[in-house]
Amino acid sequence: MKNKKAISFVAVLVISLFVLAACSDTGGSEEASSGDKKTVEFMHLWPEGSSAQHHKIVNDIISGFEEENPDISINLEVLSNEQYKDKIKVLSTSDKLPDVGMTWAAGYMEPYVEGDMYASLDDVINKDDFVSGTTEAFSVDGTTYGLPLELNTSYIFYNKAIFEEYGLEEPQTLEELKDIVATLNENDVTPIALGNKDAWTGSMWYMYLADRLSGNEDVLTNAINRENSFEDPALVQAAEEVQNLVGADAFVEGFNGLADEEAKSMFMAEQAAMYLIATWDLPNYTTNEDVSQEFRDNVGYFKFPTVGGNGNTNSYIGGTGVGLFVAENSDVKEEAKKFASYLVEQWGERAVTDVGVIPGTKVDAESMDLPEMYNNVLNDLNTAENITLYADVQMNAEDAQVHLDAIQALFGGEITPEEFAKRNEDALAGEE
Amino acid sequence: MNKIMSNKWIIFLYTFPALFLIGVLIVVPLILSGYFGLMDWDGISAMEFIGLENYMVALQDAKFWESAFHSFLLALFSALSLILYLIVALILASKIKGANLLRKIYLIPMLLSSVAIAQLWIKVYNPTNGMLNSVLIFFGVENPPNWLADPDIALYAIFIPIIWQYAGFYILIYYAALKNIPQSLIEAAKIDGASPVQIAMKMKIPLIMNVIKVTIVLSVVGSLKYFDLIYVMTGGGPNGASEVMASYMYKLAFESYDFGYGSAIGFLLLIITLIVTIIIRKLTATKEEIQY
Repeated sequence: MKNKKAISFVAVLVISLFVLAACSDTGGSEEASSGDKKTVEFMHLWPEGSSAQHHKIVNDIISGFEEENPDISINLEVLSNEQYKDKIKVLSTSDKLPDVGMTWAAGYMEPYVEGDMYASLDDVINKDDFVSGTTEAFSVDGTTYGLPLELNTSYIFYNKAIFEEYGLEEPQTLEELKDIVATLNENDVTPIALGNKDAWTGSMWYMYLADRLSGNEDVLTNAINRENSFEDPALVQAAEEVQNLVGADAFVEGFNGLADEEAKSMFMAEQAAMYLIATWDLPNYTTNEDVSQEFRDNVGYFKFPTVGGNGNTNSYIGGTGVGLFVAENSDVKEEAKKFASYLVEQWGERAVTDVGVIPGTKVDAESMDLPEMYNNVLNDLNTAENITLYADVQMNAEDAQVHLDAIQALFGGEITPEEFAKRNEDALAGEE
Repeated sequence: MNKIMSNKWIIFLYTFPALFLIGVLIVVPLILSGYFGLMDWDGISAMEFIGLENYMVALQDAKFWESAFHSFLLALFSALSLILYLIVALILASKIKGANLLRKIYLIPMLLSSVAIAQLWIKVYNPTNGMLNSVLIFFGVENPPNWLADPDIALYAIFIPIIWQYAGFYILIYYAALKNIPQSLIEAAKIDGASPVQIAMKMKIPLIMNVIKVTIVLSVVGSLKYFDLIYVMTGGGPNGASEVMASYMYKLAFESYDFGYGSAIGFLLLIITLIVTIIIRKLTATKEEIQY
């Protein structure tokens, strides 16, 4: 009897050990290239559940590729965004990145490039196919490590009905924008929705003002890559302009405590007249059936106005979304590169028509049946002269945090424009 | 059975699974995070040993001390709010009508996830459409504060939902402790002519003192490592005005990719919590044990 009990204790113990052991190592074995057929591992972050259209397009492209290249098969792994980020990080520490995977630009990919994880893609990329500024975002020291899939530029979207009601027109200059703000405030309409708890939204305002004020679209980029100081007069002046706008009550009350989503819902509930956001929001203003038709018809957009006669409205603040990388230590690097460039090429047109994503490649808007707003945006892109990547994406993660905190403080009036510039400068200078 | 229990091997077998789990899930990560704190590591590329540099930097990091100060403020508030919970529990335990229902109502916030509570209070605090400001405006307040956007208020604005969130938990503990006091003692006091306040102050509270001590430690330690509502409601902003130690640690490790420094902060957080726990235990230590 006693023995029996003892045995059952041991049995339970052994089982629990097995369970624990099973948790530890599941993933691992791979690289099974049977015969002549080569296997390219591909990981992406559009699961069928949450991004059905993206998922389908990628699958179509994969089967197209496998048909054209019968000797290569694609081994697919799909994870959702956050899990994807985590897994890539873990895989990279054990040097087991997939042959082809997705990456974000600039600051995000810097450690991977420094750690020699990504292969150079200079031999497969044709820069003329891409909108200017997109491949640059995936370059380090002149070598391109990523093929951009998505591109976003920012515009000020506005509510036409509200503008009409108060006899307002799209502003060409910042002065006109300020007049609009004054008129709207007189009539108790919130002029601009801003969710600066997510400080990158405030950063977009700052960046546009810097771009326009200086008349030099590289002023911010140069400050970030240390060719220039962040205490450049134009950058300080832009910070002053931000505080002028805040002083003129241009932004919704309590913006520093609102998330971007909340600001967006204010704009979409017609509680605010304007909203600066990137083109990833286009579906909400065009094709998204969940948004009322009336509202969608009422939304227009204009380019960020010029400031004091300076600035080029064909220069945009924007950014690339995800791009493709090829692993440096892949056993099938050639095939992986072939697949990556095939995917990017095929992706372009289908991305716009099927999912409303603006691709990083140049596409011919005329040949497609798209909502008018898309046509206009695509045409704008074809004439775009510059795209400045979001500051917090350009900077490394640590400096980006300083920048974003400083943006909140600047908008909140806690620091002067000079202090704002100095904080950024100190952070950027600190890393050398 | 006694024979089994006195066998060293059986004792080992009994305790091993729990010890193993505690070791793997708690002790090893603790030691590891102290070890990572000695490294310059971005979480991706190779670690580089830099000795105590991270810890030295942390001790001079104004932002760290600011967030530590916020954590201490929160601990102070939570400790003070225990008085409020105790009063509510005393009232509930004194056989008022509907005590059962009220007890359940107070427990509801405990059942909600932190994120849901945060979302709820974000809506309450919304400067233009929020319930709180709408009420204030209705009563003629002209410029109601921007609760979560004003750096002078944001931290305190978050304290309110935190106090609300834990009310049910502590009230339940106190309630159970109070219900444990033998009714005969209370009745004897009543017959001797003690007022309800006297009964509460002189009898009930001393009798549950041990429970109160435990809750003080629980609430202070819980506050020092508090993270969830702050992370969701303000993300530590605006400009660090509501940053606490745990959210600062999270930011460093997972947003700035500075795992070495983040681990060092995490380890310091552990040490600070340990020290505070010891101090509280010393302060509240009494020799005599009160018995029923």
